[in-house]
Amino acid sequence: MSILKVDHITIRFGGLTAVSDFYLDLKEGELVGLIGPNGAGKTTVFNMLTGVYKPTSGKIYFNNQEINIKKVSEITALGMARTFQNVRLFTNLSVLDNVMVGCHLRLKSSVLNAVFYLPKYVQEESEITEEAMKLLKEVNLEKLESNLAGGLPYGQQRKLEIARALATRPRLLLLDEPAAGMNPQETKDLMNFILKIQEKYKLTIILIEHDMKVVMGICKRILVLDYGVTIAEGNPIEIQHNPEVIKAYLGVEAHYA
Amino acid sequence: MKGKKKDYILLKIATILIIFIFIFIAQRSFDAYIIRILNLCGIYVILGVSLNLINGFTGQFSLGHAGFMAIGAYVSALLYTSPEIKEVNYFITPLIWPLNIIQIPFIFSLIMAGLVSAGVGFLVGAPCLRLKGDYLAIVTFGFSEIIRVLFCNLQSITNGPLGLKGLPSYTNLWWTWGIAIFTVWFIKNLINSSYGRALKSIREDEIAAEAMGVKLFYHKVLSFIVGAFFAGIAGALLGSLVMTIDPNTFSFFMTFQIIIIVVVGGLGSITGTVIVGALFAILMEVLRSVESPMSLFGLNIPGIPGMRMLLFSILLMIVVLFFHQGLMGTKEWSWEWLYKKLMGNKKEIEEGS
Repeated sequence: MSILKVDHITIRFGGLTAVSDFYLDLKEGELVGLIGPNGAGKTTVFNMLTGVYKPTSGKIYFNNQEINIKKVSEITALGMARTFQNVRLFTNLSVLDNVMVGCHLRLKSSVLNAVFYLPKYVQEESEITEEAMKLLKEVNLEKLESNLAGGLPYGQQRKLEIARALATRPRLLLLDEPAAGMNPQETKDLMNFILKIQEKYKLTIILIEHDMKVVMGICKRILVLDYGVTIAEGNPIEIQHNPEVIKAYLGVEAHYA
Repeated sequence: MKGKKKDYILLKIATILIIFIFIFIAQRSFDAYIIRILNLCGIYVILGVSLNLINGFTGQFSLGHAGFMAIGAYVSALLYTSPEIKEVNYFITPLIWPLNIIQIPFIFSLIMAGLVSAGVGFLVGAPCLRLKGDYLAIVTFGFSEIIRVLFCNLQSITNGPLGLKGLPSYTNLWWTWGIAIFTVWFIKNLINSSYGRALKSIREDEIAAEAMGVKLFYHKVLSFIVGAFFAGIAGALLGSLVMTIDPNTFSFFMTFQIIIIVVVGGLGSITGTVIVGALFAILMEVLRSVESPMSLFGLNIPGIPGMRMLLFSILLMIVVLFFHQGLMGTKEWSWEWLYKKLMGNKKEIEEGS
C-alpha cells in the first residue's frame, strides 16, 4: 500500500529551481535513501514533505490525503515526523521534557483541565511520562532524563532528536543526515538502531545521508538528486554502477585534445 | 515517600496560614502608607508574572501590557462605581446608556475586567503573533498606545483625558495578595503542564516545535490571552487602589516598569519575578527620598523628579551586564527546597542536642 505519493513537485525560489519534477511513490514499510552532492535539494524535499515550504507545482499525498495546503503541525499530526540536519533540540528543556513535547499533540485535556490538575489530565500526564521514558530507554538516555538537552554530547543529541520524533507516533519518519559527525562505531550502532526502530514501530523511513556505508547498508531503494533533478533511482548495486551518479559525484574525466 | 508528601501538604497549609494571619494583622493594624505599598507589591507581582508568561516562557516579546491594564481598569471602574459618582465625573459628555446606571459587586467587575482584557488580547494577538521578535514588540507597543489615545478620545465612555476620579476604594490586601497568589499558582501550573512544555518549546525553537506537532498559533494566542487576563485584573485593582484613573496612567512608562521587573527577575523565572516585583514596589517608595532636596557632602541638590527612574535604569544596566539571565535565571524556588531547609535545620538541632 502506498503511504506517500509525491506527484512531480517543483519548487522555485525566484529564478532558482531548487527541486524540479520530484516523483516518489513510497510503499508502507520501505526504507528509502535520498542522496546527492551538497546543494542538490535533498533537505528542500524534506521541507516540502513536512509543509515548511509549499511546492510551486505538483501535489503530495500522504495516506491518500493531499497535504499541500496543510500546516506543518497538521502534517505531523497525520503521522509524519522528522529530524533536522543541524540538530534542533529544545536546548534549555530537560531531556525528558523534549520527548514529552512530542507527545503534546495527542493531549486531549483542555488548558483549564491541565492548570487545575483534574484527574483526567493527571492520568494523561502520567501516560505521557511513561511513554516518554520508554522512548528514552530505547535510545539509552533514561538515566539522563533530567539533564538539559543542550548539555548532551553530540551523538546523544542526535539520538534524543530521533526519540522526540518517535514520540509523535509517526508512520513516516524523515531522517536528515542522522550519521553526520559520528565515528565509525557510532555509525554502525546507528544503522542497527534505525533498522530496530523501523521494525518495532512499523515505520516507513526516508533517509538523507552522505555516509555511503549507511545508505548502501540499510536502504533497499535509493534516489539520487543532483541540482534538484532526480538523476537515478534503484537498488544500491544499480546506483553504484550508474554512470550518471558517478559523474555527479566525481565529475567527468577530462578529455585532452 | 508517602510521609514526605504529607509533610509537603502540611508545609503548604502552614505557609498559607502564615500569609493569611499576616494579611489579617497587616490589614488591621498597619499604617495606611505601608498597606498601600504592600498592595502595590501584590499588583506588581501579578503584572510581572503575567508578562513573564508571554515574554519569558513563550518567548514572544510583548510591550502591550499597559494597554491591557488600561482596559481592565476602565472596564471594572465603569462597572463597580455607583451611578452618582459617574454622574459627577461625566459633567462634560454624559456616559452612554446602560453604563450610567449599572453597578455590580467588585468581584464580578474584576472578572469582567479580566475577560474583556483577554478578549482584546485575542483580537490583538491573533494578527500580531504572526510577527516575531522586534516586529512583535513594535506592534504590541503600538497597540498599547492606540488604547491610550482611544481612551483619551472616547469621551462618552471613558470621560477622555479627564479620567475617572473618586472611585470607591475596594482594593485591600485580601484582594491584591489573594489574586497575586492565585496568579502565581495558575501560571506555575500552566507552565509545568504539557501546555507549558509546548510554550517553552516555542521559545526554544519555533521550527522544531511546529515540526513536533505543536500548534504555534494556538499556543502563542493562549499565552497572550492568559497574560492579558491577569494584566486586566491587575489594572482593575490598581484603579481601585489609587482611586483615580486617566488614560495617561497607562503610558509606555507603565509597561517599561513591568519589563524591568521581568528582565531583572529573570525571563522564565516566576520566583525571580515575584521577588523583584515586590522589591520594585518597595524601592519605588523608599527611593522617593532621592527626589527630595538634600545636601550631599556640602553640596545642595534640589529635588529632581524622576531621579528614581535614573537609579532603576542604572540597576537595570548592572543586571544586564553582570547577570545576563536576570537575578534568578530560569531557576525556581520550590517546596522541596524549603522542606529540605527546614528538615536540615531540624536535623542539625537534633544532632546538636
